[in-house]
Amino acid sequence: MLRRANAEISALWWRLLGLGGLDRARWQRLPRLTRRATKTFAWVAIGLLLVGFLGVWKWSALPMAAVVLLLVIPRYDRVTVGGRRVGRFIIPLAVLAIAVTYPIWASSNGTVNPGLPQLPIFGTFPQMSTMVGMAVFVMMALGLNFVVGYAGLLDLGYVAFYAMGSYTAGWFASSQFAHQNLFIGAIGVTPGLTGFHFSIWLVLLMAGIATAIIGVLIGLPTLRLRGDYLAIVTLGFGEIMPQIARNGDNLFGTGFNLTNGTGGITPIDPPGFGNWLHHHVGLPANYLTLGTNSDRAFFWTALILVLLTVFVSSRLRDSRLGRAWIAIREDEVAASAMGIPLMRTKTWAYATGAFFGGVAGAYYAAYNSGAFPDQFFFNISVFILCMVILGGMGNIWGVIFGACFLEYLDLEGLNNVGAWLNGHFGPGGSDFSLWHKTLDVPLYEFGIYGVIIVVVMLFRPQGLIPSSRRAAEFEEGVHDQPLYDVEAV
Amino acid sequence: MPFFATLLVGILIAWLVVNFVQGPAYFTTIAFIGLTNGAVYALVALGYTLVYGILELINFAHGDVFMLGGMFSATMIVSVFGLKPHGSIGTLVVAIVGSLLVAMAACGVLNATIERIAYRPLRGAPRLAPLITAIGMSFILENIAIAWKGPGYTAVPSVLPTSAVFSFSGITYTWEKLIVVLITVPVLLLLVWLVQKTRQGKAMRATAQDRDAAAMMGIDVNRTISFTFLLAGGLAGAGGLVYALYFGQIRYDTGFQLGLIAFTAAVFGGIGNLPGAVLGALVIGFIQAFNEGLTWHSPGSDWTESIVFSILILVLVFRPEGLLGERTPEGT
Repeated sequence: MLRRANAEISALWWRLLGLGGLDRARWQRLPRLTRRATKTFAWVAIGLLLVGFLGVWKWSALPMAAVVLLLVIPRYDRVTVGGRRVGRFIIPLAVLAIAVTYPIWASSNGTVNPGLPQLPIFGTFPQMSTMVGMAVFVMMALGLNFVVGYAGLLDLGYVAFYAMGSYTAGWFASSQFAHQNLFIGAIGVTPGLTGFHFSIWLVLLMAGIATAIIGVLIGLPTLRLRGDYLAIVTLGFGEIMPQIARNGDNLFGTGFNLTNGTGGITPIDPPGFGNWLHHHVGLPANYLTLGTNSDRAFFWTALILVLLTVFVSSRLRDSRLGRAWIAIREDEVAASAMGIPLMRTKTWAYATGAFFGGVAGAYYAAYNSGAFPDQFFFNISVFILCMVILGGMGNIWGVIFGACFLEYLDLEGLNNVGAWLNGHFGPGGSDFSLWHKTLDVPLYEFGIYGVIIVVVMLFRPQGLIPSSRRAAEFEEGVHDQPLYDVEAV
Repeated sequence: MPFFATLLVGILIAWLVVNFVQGPAYFTTIAFIGLTNGAVYALVALGYTLVYGILELINFAHGDVFMLGGMFSATMIVSVFGLKPHGSIGTLVVAIVGSLLVAMAACGVLNATIERIAYRPLRGAPRLAPLITAIGMSFILENIAIAWKGPGYTAVPSVLPTSAVFSFSGITYTWEKLIVVLITVPVLLLLVWLVQKTRQGKAMRATAQDRDAAAMMGIDVNRTISFTFLLAGGLAGAGGLVYALYFGQIRYDTGFQLGLIAFTAAVFGGIGNLPGAVLGALVIGFIQAFNEGLTWHSPGSDWTESIVFSILILVLVFRPEGLLGERTPEGT
């Protein structure tokens, strides 16, 4: 149905252009670069017009448009230096540069730079705290991508790994266990505090390893199960872990306080490099003493963690293990016949995914200075899954895009969209009133994600930025075609 | 592993016996609560098992169809029939039967529509695609409920009489519990008759066994699947009415939690197996009631979900075919 609609729209489009004297044949004869440039110019012009009419215009929109044109038009992947194809690194590096410099050009004194234009509907650019959340969720989505995208195992309990990471940070970088007293390189601990206080960098590693062990423990008995059963079992674990977190302040009636119940573990020590490194190298001693700039430090650190995750993702995908994952995803029986040890390979996918979930969880706990049980619901598992599905399972760029977009929506985008909608169409709206009660858009957040999931699965199951291999799988279907006619709607 | 399982069941039985000896009357009262819970779970679990039997799809949205059924019933009871507590028996019966029919019809149509829109286009896709779509549908239905009734609890007045049916040496069985069973049993009998005796039921069983062969025998597979979803939705609607009447309050996320418990019941009994779903639902209902009600060393209601999911995981890992299911090559 969608394909037919697409063809109709495209035919209409060419008829319109033909009226203007540019028919299809003539367009195809133009050089490729010219076509690319024309198309990009047209889209950027539409974008600028939208910003001008529906958003808030600032002249800084023009240099931004220039950057987009510069990135999209030339074919960087053709660039070679001395026979080596370095061109494919240009766009990732440019995107990275934009991300790294974001705190400098987009934020001033802890708020969004007022010199920037405001987008239509979505409003201002993301704040720094949102950017930190986006980076953390990119890590988690990439972690889930190991399991869902590469190995093709549906994990509906990823929030368990997030929780495990957060609580590891809570146990080893706060005063939760008041009877113990062990300090290893912790920052910003006032004298006289009790409990475990480890350096946050050590805690990140510990959280990753502990979560990976949990992943293996969950995986070993359950990974024998077929796809949908595995999904349910992981969902079960995803429900049990937060319940342990909620009720863990008096485990088995012994009075042992593991998780501090619904109050959560707070405060958690801030990250930092300590005074010695501060004096000799200039790294911040304690992120929290940076004032309005502390979010910048948190963001840059998160970016480094994301880079690490992306590196591991891309290298593992092309490794022997990664190819084994993809083989299992495409045909488990054939993979097993080719000598791939199913259990071991799947367990590795689980452990790797869990590791990054744990690190991300621990880092987010350090950023929020607490691990609270009401952060860990089934919703979050689906939220992260939605990121992976929307962007494109198995594709690193797609997953990064999906995670950034959805986490942005979650933290501030939906509020902005709601404000825009109510301002224009709500009661006393500036355009005309379509509804009479203020619409609470963030209330329907998960309904919106549900719509995204259903629409993506029905119309574009490979995601917005698919990996070519995964797209082929969805196109052909992995299972035997049924004998009778299935009418596709 | 058999040793481990035997040990676990042994501990469970010992715990029940000690609790029974400590207070037989109290124990029986709790057991009645468990029976009532189990009846509600059975209605929902059957929907999971019907759909799984025919499509091998875990219909995640089923719990939310049940929740919407509860909301339809709440609306019918409060706004249409205007029932009040301590009303006359005649209006009560008319109102319950009327609400039951409306809720069943509405949920059946809703469920069949969901299948038509969201699951049928994905029939040939990889196995996980419809499952993911079902999760999405579940969230959409929850948000429809939020938009309709708001994020808080919708209260249903306690219209069922709470007087005792019989009372005997400290054991009381109240009318509200009996009415739950009185609604559930005819619905279940109707289902058994439909599946075992009618032509459409025969088509359903054939499609569940082998879809391709059924198609070759001239069975309209798509229509049969639609009918199955209609039936499952109807059961969920009945469950919603019973839940709304008995528990008196319902919220947008009620269906998700109860749906998971009911799914566990279906797996416990052997998914795809109709008597198994009822048996599993009763067992889970008893476990929940005993866990929350008994006094001697019971973990308490904070841990109900964890216990139910632990059962689910243990069953899936050690006996994926469930209590009454048959072991299939794929099932392991």
